[in-house]
Amino acid sequence: MFSSRKTVAGFLLLVCLMFAGATEAHAIPAFARKYGLRCSACHEAWPMLNQFGQKFKDNGYQLMNDRDAPIWQNPAYWPVTFRMTPIWHRVSTGRVAVDVNGGTNNSEARIETSGFDLSGLDFHTGGTLDKNISFYLLPSSDSTGTFHFETVMARLDNVFNSPWLNIKLGKFELDNLLSEKRILTLTGNGGIYQTYHFIPVGDGNIFGQIGDNQLGLEWLGHSANDRTRLSAALLSSSDGNTNLITGSNSYTGFFTGSQAFDTGRLGVQRVGFYAMVGQAATTYLTSGGVPIPGSGVGNKSFSREGFVGQFYFGPHFDLTVVTQHGSDNIYFGQGYGNASDPNNGTAFSDLPNNTPGTVLPPTARAPSWNGATFEAHYVYSPQLIFIGRYEVERMSQQALTTNASDLGDLESFTIGYRYMPIMTSRAGFAWHNEYNWMKTDGTGPNPGENLSASELLLGFDFAF
Amino acid sequence: METKIMKTSSLLLGAAGLLLMSAVSWGQMTAYQESQRLNMEAHVGKYTGHAKDAEGTYRRYCVGCHGVEGDGQGENAQWLDPMPRNFTLGQFKCRSTPSGTLPLDSDLYDSIGRGFDRSVMPPWNTLTNQEKVDLVAYVKHFSSKWTTEKAGDPFPIPPEPEVTADKIQQGQVLFQKLECWKCHGVEGRANGPSSDTLTDDQNRPIKPYNFAEGARQKCGSTDRDIYRIFMSGLDGTPMPSYIDNVKPEEAWELVFYLRTLQQKNAYNAKEKAIAKQLGLKPIDPNAPVPAAPAAPAAAPGGQQ
Repeated sequence: MFSSRKTVAGFLLLVCLMFAGATEAHAIPAFARKYGLRCSACHEAWPMLNQFGQKFKDNGYQLMNDRDAPIWQNPAYWPVTFRMTPIWHRVSTGRVAVDVNGGTNNSEARIETSGFDLSGLDFHTGGTLDKNISFYLLPSSDSTGTFHFETVMARLDNVFNSPWLNIKLGKFELDNLLSEKRILTLTGNGGIYQTYHFIPVGDGNIFGQIGDNQLGLEWLGHSANDRTRLSAALLSSSDGNTNLITGSNSYTGFFTGSQAFDTGRLGVQRVGFYAMVGQAATTYLTSGGVPIPGSGVGNKSFSREGFVGQFYFGPHFDLTVVTQHGSDNIYFGQGYGNASDPNNGTAFSDLPNNTPGTVLPPTARAPSWNGATFEAHYVYSPQLIFIGRYEVERMSQQALTTNASDLGDLESFTIGYRYMPIMTSRAGFAWHNEYNWMKTDGTGPNPGENLSASELLLGFDFAF
Repeated sequence: METKIMKTSSLLLGAAGLLLMSAVSWGQMTAYQESQRLNMEAHVGKYTGHAKDAEGTYRRYCVGCHGVEGDGQGENAQWLDPMPRNFTLGQFKCRSTPSGTLPLDSDLYDSIGRGFDRSVMPPWNTLTNQEKVDLVAYVKHFSSKWTTEKAGDPFPIPPEPEVTADKIQQGQVLFQKLECWKCHGVEGRANGPSSDTLTDDQNRPIKPYNFAEGARQKCGSTDRDIYRIFMSGLDGTPMPSYIDNVKPEEAWELVFYLRTLQQKNAYNAKEKAIAKQLGLKPIDPNAPVPAAPAAPAAAPGGQQ
């Protein structure tokens, strides 16, 4: 009996091995279904774009053949992809203020949690309404199912048959070469680019976060092969929040430019710049002491600018570098600026309000800082990618001369890999494993204490 | 009972083993062929491409349609119309070489960078020049033809003459004489009497080119590209080569006339203006056909 069991088990193992060896890499759903291309055609590894995918996006999700208009699609085709990520993660956060012995926040502790969890749910729908008219809608929920509109935009492509004239209107991702919306990492701190969201300690300016989708109008121009790209956007200084909850007369400009070079077997290298220059309100009318959203005036200025480089070292290894110099007006540094909770639009009741006669502390200064993101990929194949990222933010001028010079300085380190065993032109599925560690200086419960947090995440990332 | 299970299991295991062994031996054979052909090179300008260097690029960008074996049977092929090219046949539409011959490496290189209108093959112009030349070598490695035959000699294309009303009218006469209208229609709208009956060499239905729709041809948009298509024919399709039947100056006249059938675009402003001045009307297929050069046979493999 034992022998027959072994034989059957051996046979089953053999069959399993044969099937295991037969898996292949394929494509991301929505556009892959339309054009019949593998995911790897547009994605270095899903969801990060490669050069061809960037060109496809820049052309308004068109291959620029005669099949771009939806009239060519099977009537049953519906350009929808949904994405969700069930995970197990372990989060460790140091120096959390805790209550002990009946007191309030009178002690600190390291909090470690672990367990199964969910990401939010994204419904991606996009494509063309007609040849050279594109759209993208992305209703997105948090893990509790509360939805908001992450992206809502329509775009006129190749106006006058020129790739140099593309106009986008709505809420959209800024033209960042290193796209946060296509980030390859998923942890709480590693799932965003810290450089794109850095705000000095106590600063009230949330409007300079270039990683957030913004409301506005964008012009994009590019050469036929996308080697040269230029864009300029006029945005409402609302950090993408609707209903003009902050100032109704404050705008931000965002400008990018980049040039790519053919370097033979090394690949295509790209260097570029970006600059965000804007103004946002600091003074609000109040009702019962609560700022009235939309009533903001007293615009103050801010800026973010930096260089971007995408460097390829053959078919497997690449490194992207993003630098940033940021500066905020002195009023932002003292906490003036945002009037509402960006998550729900609720007006803050305790917001510093730059009302007439406001006097800043004599030690106040305009905060400024420098930051950099280094992200490296080893692409073993389109199915398997290893990721490493290091981010560093350093204050160059604190908002108060009395602050420690390193207050708010930040370092973040992320490593991980994504293995996509099965990705068809109908669905994508990835096994994701990642670790992030982040430290911020001087932000602990007690003066001079640094905070650190780490997260280990394992999960299934899938899209259909 | 136990003996029965053992017997069945042994049989199944034996069958699986046989399958595995045959798969392994098949794999070894193709691996050998593969290793031989992966030495294939391509030369375009200053670049030398190596097939073995394009394996990753092909797998990333091309395999979904053209298939692992290059036979045009990728996983998405069943959904595509027209079907992806079968590289194992060594037969290509866009050539600067005579019908029935292999194309130049530069022809394949241009095709990769240009893409094909009226298909899902996009312009892969984001690839580096080196990657494209490597891909050319990789495309060639799929067919044994490249190991036994040389690419054809490119036929000369004389300088383009000045467009005149006379030349456009002569081109129209040629359009009728060569019976282009039978497939392409009297107005170039791909609705000639034969248009619904055409098949390619794989016996798949194929549509003639609609001149009235868009400005891009499959093998390029310039006047020289149209001249080249007309003279080389599109191998594997019913579009024949006219190089032996039409003189170069006549071919240019036909190019100028074909431009008048297109919608206004970046290439045909002069031709459209002259046609308007002439009040050029579509040909009457029932009118007496002038003495004309005999229409040639269909392109190799083509079924007209």
